[in-house]
Order: sequence, then structure tokens, then C-alpha cells
Amino acid sequence: MSSPATTAAAEHPRPGVAKKQFLHDAAEHVRDTGHRDFVRRALGGYYLSRDTQKARFRDWEQARDAASLAKWSAVNRLDELLPEFVANFESGGGRVHWARDAAEARAIILGLLAEADAKAVIKSKCMTSEEIHLNAALEEAGYGVVESDLGEFIQQLRGEPPYHFVFPCMHVRRDEISDLFGKHLGTEPTDSPEELTMIARRHLRRLYVEADVGITGANFLVAETGQISITENEGNARLTVALPRIHIAIAGIEKLVARLDDLAVLLPMLAAAGSGQPMTCYNTLYGGPRQAGECDGPEAMHLVLLDNGRTALLADAEQRDALQCIRCGACLNVCPIFKNVGGFTYGTTYQGPIGSVITPHLRGLAEWNHLSGASSLCGACTDACPVRIDIHHHLLHNRRNAARTAPSRLERLGQRAFAFVARRPWLFAAGGWLFRKTLPLAKTLRPPPLSAWLATRDLPAAPRQSFRSAWRRRSR
Amino acid sequence: MHVSLFIPCFVDQLTPQVGLAVATVLERLGHTVEFRSAQTCCGQPSFNAGYWDEARGVASRAVEVFAGAEAVVGPSGSCVAMMKVFYPQLLAGTPHETAALDLAARTFEFGEFLVNQLGVTDVGARFPHRVSYHDGCHGLRELRIRDEPRKLLAAVRDLELVECDEPESCCGFGGLFSVKFPMVSTAMAEVKAGSLARTDCDYIVSSDPSCQLQLDGWLSKNGKRPRTIHLAEVLAGEVA
Repeated sequence: MSSPATTAAAEHPRPGVAKKQFLHDAAEHVRDTGHRDFVRRALGGYYLSRDTQKARFRDWEQARDAASLAKWSAVNRLDELLPEFVANFESGGGRVHWARDAAEARAIILGLLAEADAKAVIKSKCMTSEEIHLNAALEEAGYGVVESDLGEFIQQLRGEPPYHFVFPCMHVRRDEISDLFGKHLGTEPTDSPEELTMIARRHLRRLYVEADVGITGANFLVAETGQISITENEGNARLTVALPRIHIAIAGIEKLVARLDDLAVLLPMLAAAGSGQPMTCYNTLYGGPRQAGECDGPEAMHLVLLDNGRTALLADAEQRDALQCIRCGACLNVCPIFKNVGGFTYGTTYQGPIGSVITPHLRGLAEWNHLSGASSLCGACTDACPVRIDIHHHLLHNRRNAARTAPSRLERLGQRAFAFVARRPWLFAAGGWLFRKTLPLAKTLRPPPLSAWLATRDLPAAPRQSFRSAWRRRSR
Repeated sequence: MHVSLFIPCFVDQLTPQVGLAVATVLERLGHTVEFRSAQTCCGQPSFNAGYWDEARGVASRAVEVFAGAEAVVGPSGSCVAMMKVFYPQLLAGTPHETAALDLAARTFEFGEFLVNQLGVTDVGARFPHRVSYHDGCHGLRELRIRDEPRKLLAAVRDLELVECDEPESCCGFGGLFSVKFPMVSTAMAEVKAGSLARTDCDYIVSSDPSCQLQLDGWLSKNGKRPRTIHLAEVLAGEVA
């Protein structure tokens, strides 16, 4: 497991390091055609069920409008809704902790664990905890940490972060899971998904009871009721909340919605877009710890509200809608970049198009702008987004912001030269002529960036004359 | 109608026959065609790379070049999207803002222009081949053109149109992306070209010469068939 030093390095790599790693890993990954086909086939099933669920809406596009509006209005009213939520949540007995960044969030959680004299922690799926590198910090401090979501449990045993922020182990074959369980849990090999699930379940049941603290995420925070909404398929989040003495939830401040009614559209949208389900199996609202006279539930309930760069994104009027994200993963599932480079290549907590948009805001534009460049801007993500985030145009906005604040000198020179020529028709025509005449030579000498093209693709032979000369001749 | 041709710079230099085919089809339908030779590039390479100040200079010139044109028609969904969708954003707050909005309203992608502006789906062409249509992403998602080229192809005599199993997947060109992230771009070409090739078509029809460059480049390098052809060339072909 990584030490705090490596955790800090992972959060803020030196400029160029993350890009170099991306280029290296992408090149490695695209060579693994077996893996790429496996992921593509896995997503094939998702497309069918997603389309079936979308068709069950009377009007999917109107539902997108409603979902987008619910989140947009909440994001724009965080200053009112956060205090409203906190007052309602705390009146139910919960305690709120504000964390400016990852380090503060980790310190708060470590403090709560010490206060509770905890030994063992069980977690349900929580990407915010990945964002703050919580597991490494807990293990470093000597706590036992177990992931209870099946996919996250598998990833924990593999010693890998989630591959996809909704389907953490979508890249792992069934026989690999069977071998993994055999190695770590001593179970017999099996090819049955049900049996594999039961193995994990039998192993985890005991651990829920032994854990002192359960850590979860939150899909939505409902301001008017002060409740936390958690969506899951396995029932593991319910057990994580219900069985340990203490419940700690971690959520980004953008998770707010104003009204309980907003969930009427957001929960089915999350299920349809995220996993192609009519509804996710368990959708639970948690309003606080065990109340007087109740027989179950945790003794104490804490909520860590995390900023970690979100208010900076909120201040960016152009890209603020990125905070509407409900983390359904639909944009990853349709993204040709994700499908071809895989989840690990990004080197981020949030992979795929939305990750490429928000990571530069959360962790620095200079280090992470290359993710915005690593896109053909095809726009499949924006069409798939259930809350209508203008994802692929925000990649353009990040590129523009990076060119303004930290331009590559060579590229800026090239762009200026191109613009100079493109504003002078005679020069542009002469440049075109020169390009056509020197193309055969260039194909032999292969200067960059032509070399990058020619390594895997041919270029047609240049025609004898350009359109403009052909047109002059035709009009004569 | 008097149509002003918008010829993307790489069509000018690499595939002039596409521009000529556009003119042929429009003239056959009884329209007059002009080419304003002061046009250069739409500025998309700078715009997509993030160099908006540089792109703005190129775009404002283009807006001036096409001033007063009745209709501006281009054989590239990508370059047309630059003018129609991105110019108004890029030039907002500049002296060219109004002219950019005006140009956006009068600029059309070739196939869309035929179907939605001229109300034509049958141009009288014959093309006795099995073809599959490749949607360029800018045409598909910025301009929302999907049915128009298919309607035009359906009316071509002796043409058989088949859909591939990745109809909405990107070919991976993406301008400078193709050389900045060549391995990703190539993997995408492999997926899309592979899907199109599996239809066993004679030609891949496209409305975007940049996608053609990418698909043909990959197919040729890997010794595979088929090759692409621009929609305008199919429609300008043999008259039935």
C-alpha cells in the first residue's frame, strides 16, 4: 500500500509526469486487443439494457431536462441549500464535518476513528473516499479496512484502484475472480457468478459484525429533509450503515438536491443511464443515527462534506454544470477513448470524459490538461449524459484555458504562424502548393508530426492541381 | 439559388474532386455556384487546440469573405460545424458577432442543404454498389445530421445501403488529436474501419473528408478494403 508521501505525489505530480504516464499506458493498452474486445463486449450488454430502460420513459429527453434542472438549480443555490441540509441533518442527530481538501478529510476521519476507539472499518462503494486516498491513510494508521461492494472487494484483493467508477472490476474475467478468491480466501474454483457472489458474501457477513465503523458515500443529499440517499445493488451499504457502531458518510458538496421529489427523476435516471436498470435494487434514505426507542442503526452518524476543488469549479460559470454530475458513468460507457485505453490509463479517480473535464479543476490544469487533449471531441459523452453536462465542449474550454495560462511555446509559435498564413489568401495558396509539391519528400523524411500519422496510416498522393486551380480552369 | 462553395483547406489541396462534385450536383439541380478564392481555412485546427485568439483572427476573416452570400455550402460536417456552431461563440463580443450569426444561419453541410433547404432527395444519380455510410461526429452531434445523407443514398439507383455495427462510433481523426495521441486515434480507426469492413461493402460513403483521410489511411496501411468515397462524388456520378 502507498505511503502518505506517494499519496501526495499521486495527487500533484510534477508537470508532464501524468501526461507521460498516460501516453505510455495508452500505447501499452491499445496493443492488448483481447482486453479491448473484452471491455467492448461487456459494454454491449449494457447498451441493450440501457436502451430498453430509456424506452420505458415517456420522454427520455424531457426526463433529462428535468434531471438537469434539478441538479443545476441545486448547484446554483449551494449557499442556501448547504445550511438548510446541515440544519435538518443535525436536527436528526447527525454531525457534519467540513473538509476543505483531501488531507483535511482524512484527518477528520482518522480523528473520528480514534474518538470511537475503533479497530476495524467496513466500507461500501464510495468514490469520494478514493478521491481522498482514504484506504491507504487508514491502513497506514493501523486500521483494518474491508471493501464490501463486490467489485470494490475484488479490486481491493487485486491491489488495484477501481477501473471504472461505477463498474470497478469490469475488466476482470470470471476465471480471474475465481483464482483470486482461491488464493485469498481458499475457496474452490467456480465459473458460476452466483457462487462467486456467495463466496464474497459469506466472507463479508462476519466482517460487518466485527467492524466498529462503517464508511459509505452518498449519491444525493436532500436539503429539505436532511437525508442522505444511497443507491446500491447488493445491500452491502445497508449493512455497512446498520451493523457497525458508527456510520461515517463522505460526500462532495455538489451532491445536494433541494427536494425529496427531485429523486423521483434522478433515481430512475441514475439507474437507466448508469447500469441499464429500471431502478437500482436498493435506494435508501438515511436521516440520522439510532433514535430513542429504536432497536437498530448506528449510535452515531457523521457526514464529511468535501470541497477539494469543487468551489473553484463552482466559480467557473462556463463549466459549473460539471458539478451536476451524478456519477452514473454513462459517458465512460460510450466513450471510444475509454474503451480503447481502459480505466487505469487515466491515472485519475474519475475516469473517462467527465474525469477529463473535472480532474484539471480538482487537481490542476497544468498537470491534467492532457486528458482534455486526449479526445477526438466526438461528443458521444454529451449525448449520453442524463443531466446534460456539456462534457465535450468543456474539454475544449480546458484546452483554451491551458493555452492561455500555460501554452507550449512551440505549439503557440506554430499556431501563430498558421493563423498568419491563413489570414493571407495568396500566402495560404502558396503554402498549399508547397505542401503538395513537397509531400512525396515529406513522406520519405517523415518529420514530426507527420511521422506520428505515417507510422500507422497512409496518406494519399497529392493531386496534380488544387481545387482552386481546377476551379479557375473549369470557369474559363 | 446562388450558392457559395466553402471548400475546406485539405479538400483544396488533397481531394479537389470532392469540391468539383459538389458544384456538379448543385448545377445539375439548376443552381448557380461560385467559389470565393479569398477563402482559406475555417480556423478549426487552432480552435480545437485551444488557441482561440489565433482562431478568432482566421474566423473573422472567413466571416468577411462570405459576407452577402445567399447560401454557403461545404462538403464537410466538421468545417461547417465550425462556422455554424462555433463561430458565433468564438466571435461573441467582437465586431464580427452579428456577421458570424448571420453566416451561421446561411451555412449548410452539403447533404443537409440538398434535403432540408432544397427539398431534394433524388438527384438522379446511379451508383451500382453496396455501400455503408460513416457518420462524422461533427455532422452527427453538432449539426444533428443523421437521416439526410441516408435519404439521398436511398434514392440513388442500384445502390444498396447497409449499416455497420458501430454506426455512431468515431473514426478517431480528431484533427491534431490524430498526431498528438496517435495510438488512441489509430485504435479508434481500427474499430470503426473494422466495423465498416465487416459489412462487406464496396465503398464507405462519408460527408467528411477528414474522416476519409483517417479511414482510408488505416485501411490502406493495413492492406484492407474497402475505400471511402464522398457523398458528393456518389451523387455527382453517372446520371441515371
